[in-house]
Amino acid sequence: MRYLPLTPDDRAAMLARIGAKSIDDLFVDVPSAAVVDRGRFALPDGMGELEVERHLSRLSAKNLAAGSAAFFCGSGAYRHHVPASVDHLIQRSEFLTSYTPYQPEISQGTLQYLFEFQTQVAMLTGMEVANASLYDGSTAAAEAVEMARRITKRAKVVLCGGLHPHYAATITTLAQLSGGEIIAAPRRPGQGEDLASLIDGETACVVIQSPDVFGLLHDLRPLAEAAHAKGALLVAVLNEVVSLGLLEAPGAMGADIVAAEGQSIGNGLNFGGPYVGLFATREKFLRQMPGRLAGETMDAAGRRGYVLTLSTREQHIRREKATSNICTNSGLCALAFTIHLSLLGEEGFARLARLNHARAVLLAERLGAVRGVELVTQNFFNEFTLRLPRPAEAVIDALVEENVLGGVPASRLFPGDSAAQSLLIVAATETNSTDDIETYAHALAKVLS
Amino acid sequence: MTMNNQGRPTTPGTAGATLPDTLSGDHGLDHEEKLIFELGRRGICGVDLPEAPAHKARLGGLERRQKIGLPGLSEPEVVRHYVRLSRNNYAIDAGLYPLGSCTMKHNPRLNEKMARLPGFSDLHPLQPQSTVQGALQLIQELMHWLMELTGMPAVAMSPKAGAHGELCGMLAIKAAIAARAEHRPRVLVPESAHGTNPATAAFAGFRVDQIPASGDGHVNIEALRAKLDSDVAAIMLTNPNTCGLFERRILEVAEAVHQVGAFFYCDGANFNAIAGRVRPGDLGIDGMHINLHKTFSTPHGGGGPGAGPVVLSKALAPYAPLPLLVGDANGLRLVEDRSSLPTNSDPFGRMCAFHGQMGMFVRALSYMLSHGADGIRQASEDAVLSANYVLASLKDVMTAPFAEGPCMHEALFDDSFLADTGVTTLDFAKAMIDEGYHPMTMYFPLVVHGAMLIEPTESESKESLDRFVAVLRGLAQEAKAGRLERFAGAPHYAPRQRLDETAAARRPVLRWTEAKIAQAAE
Repeated sequence: MRYLPLTPDDRAAMLARIGAKSIDDLFVDVPSAAVVDRGRFALPDGMGELEVERHLSRLSAKNLAAGSAAFFCGSGAYRHHVPASVDHLIQRSEFLTSYTPYQPEISQGTLQYLFEFQTQVAMLTGMEVANASLYDGSTAAAEAVEMARRITKRAKVVLCGGLHPHYAATITTLAQLSGGEIIAAPRRPGQGEDLASLIDGETACVVIQSPDVFGLLHDLRPLAEAAHAKGALLVAVLNEVVSLGLLEAPGAMGADIVAAEGQSIGNGLNFGGPYVGLFATREKFLRQMPGRLAGETMDAAGRRGYVLTLSTREQHIRREKATSNICTNSGLCALAFTIHLSLLGEEGFARLARLNHARAVLLAERLGAVRGVELVTQNFFNEFTLRLPRPAEAVIDALVEENVLGGVPASRLFPGDSAAQSLLIVAATETNSTDDIETYAHALAKVLS
Repeated sequence: MTMNNQGRPTTPGTAGATLPDTLSGDHGLDHEEKLIFELGRRGICGVDLPEAPAHKARLGGLERRQKIGLPGLSEPEVVRHYVRLSRNNYAIDAGLYPLGSCTMKHNPRLNEKMARLPGFSDLHPLQPQSTVQGALQLIQELMHWLMELTGMPAVAMSPKAGAHGELCGMLAIKAAIAARAEHRPRVLVPESAHGTNPATAAFAGFRVDQIPASGDGHVNIEALRAKLDSDVAAIMLTNPNTCGLFERRILEVAEAVHQVGAFFYCDGANFNAIAGRVRPGDLGIDGMHINLHKTFSTPHGGGGPGAGPVVLSKALAPYAPLPLLVGDANGLRLVEDRSSLPTNSDPFGRMCAFHGQMGMFVRALSYMLSHGADGIRQASEDAVLSANYVLASLKDVMTAPFAEGPCMHEALFDDSFLADTGVTTLDFAKAMIDEGYHPMTMYFPLVVHGAMLIEPTESESKESLDRFVAVLRGLAQEAKAGRLERFAGAPHYAPRQRLDETAAARRPVLRWTEAKIAQAAE
């Protein structure tokens, strides 16, 4: 086996040093009833590189890769162009094959990029502090709700109607464990939310997503005021972080906690994971924040350096009193995020956002002009919802025949909701050429005709 | 010094006893590197993007009013910055990484290449399912491997790391108890457990009840029995345990736990010691997460991403969270909501958006296919052999609380060999850095004083292990000989000396700000 350096002679010499007759002597504590014989498993024998490549390439080829079609899916995962240098840098051995930076003297590379990542996330979201990442946007949102409940010591959680349903389900799963009471606002695709009336003195937080799952943008300011007036916190959720290149930061609109999916920057679609959860808040809530934090300090020689800090919040110190059970987070995806955002810089990030918006505006115009199609979302960033004259799922399936991956039918997200049957959620990014958009418009007209 | 006929020295010069520091502050390959925010400036960009064509904005008046404050840099500057940062990191590719409980084994690059095949990496989680059949097949194949290797009938794939898997397992237990209309608020956790276990149990809404350790590093079964009652939901036990031992009375534990109607959750962080040789399903376990980033070598990436699928017993299988993967006449299908559940399925909810860590699934399957069942067994055996070899080679100069052995895949030492030397476990670990090694896990498990937990893994040659052993023997002897200069203030040869963690926590600086720079300049 190519990955195992010990030879049979080495093994014999090592057993001799140990004073064991055979490897079986080292497993004496295993009850004999639980020992499995060789050949018992219904699993294949080991393969060389070539065979593994052949097998997995065959599975890969059975899928329709986004890049092989005109591609317009979003709904929480977005296809952006990632510069080649990002993937090169994150595959450097020193980043890829290191552990959590428990020994700071020989982990400054990881610690410094985490410090840079935290700074970038805080800047983008308009918040004071950010952590070193969580698993993804949905788990970040669930952690945000738990944190708000700890801070306010209240049970009630108001979820906006435009919250991504997977996020709502993740939040609900976690919140119910500790007596949380979830109040979900009605879904009104493309229309404003009336959440203020759902907030009362028992409300821990209001969760608002903007752009929401239908693409609609929301002004967080009135909601922040309404929440704060009742002593509740505002949790802002973002699926598409590129939107922050053009749109007002949630922190500037009164959000207390921001939970976002960071996949759009630096990370591919990967069929849903691994992604990177962004989590930011106000400094006064710092000690209630979940997850790792890199902090600046000095070494014994007076040189600036970085360490993991405030770990008294964390499970390895606080055990059952920790703010979260999270240990492994999304370090390498955070690195990809940081490198990509460093390449973009202020100008590039704003230009990327404008480009996304322009593509989406053009796409909305072209698709909205197809007979029978109605644009449901009037104000949006790079994603919007259409009402089709037919069930959207069948239309999407028919579009695959035209080599168009035309978006996500709302019925996939809200099964059983008859009002969602005709809705289609469509996203455009800088990766969509004008030709792609024309292809889609023609294909949609053909499929609907 | 002799010279050749160009006047070029042919022998090295003799270095002075006291070298002046360098003019640049850099030292050969060791470069000081500023923060990215201190390197950038306005008016430059590392990505060439076209300006957006003219369009009528539809942002509803919510445009950003303030600059973000991101620096501008060209591509070569960004590349150099992160390359320089990378060189301040230790890594398994560069050296033995004996971090106990963390399993720093070789990360094959084939796995990286496979994960980047466009049919996996460039696939949207909500594309029509007819267009992702190969990806679903891959998940199904990985599920088969995990169920087969563990001897368990079901597996939940969506958890994103070990602790997330623990939570998934405990939620399945909670749902099973609720389905029986029972009230079981208590979860038993041994003192020696990973911190994630009590944190997870508490997060899941249980009350944590600690089982004291026994003197021999195994679970104290009498203490366990005394705590078992009809209000106990589960025990969370790590096996092999955090002392590096296989719980030899595990069948009794399972029986006692099941007798009171409780569930047996196993922390599978150490599955890499027994994979291919022992099936957890034969040990009476009801749920166990598998850290794909440990046992199946998807890289740790400086702290993630990981993946933590959970295998489940027949009793827990119905409560596995959404999404579920099912097969029918039309191929494979993800069940993403409760409206179309298979029979006997009653999911407790959802752990996260989408379907789990696909990128990690590809890497793990690539690792499994490369090894085959026999190769996985050989890897486990080599890991156990290497740990026992380290234990046998060091136990006369260091002190091992459970030296009679055998251990599993990690060798545990305590600090009694350092008694009266003035050297602590921390000093000893930091001196290892000067010798070119990443230290072992320190001060864990908590049940051993000044613990040093060494996990060499199966990835080291005998020569590499011998050299490591020789260095540790040497350090132990130096400590006992009172050569404190090797230990006090170590490391001396790392990119940084010891960092002030107290100051970092007392006055946290968690981000760069422009104000801070202005302040520093004053």
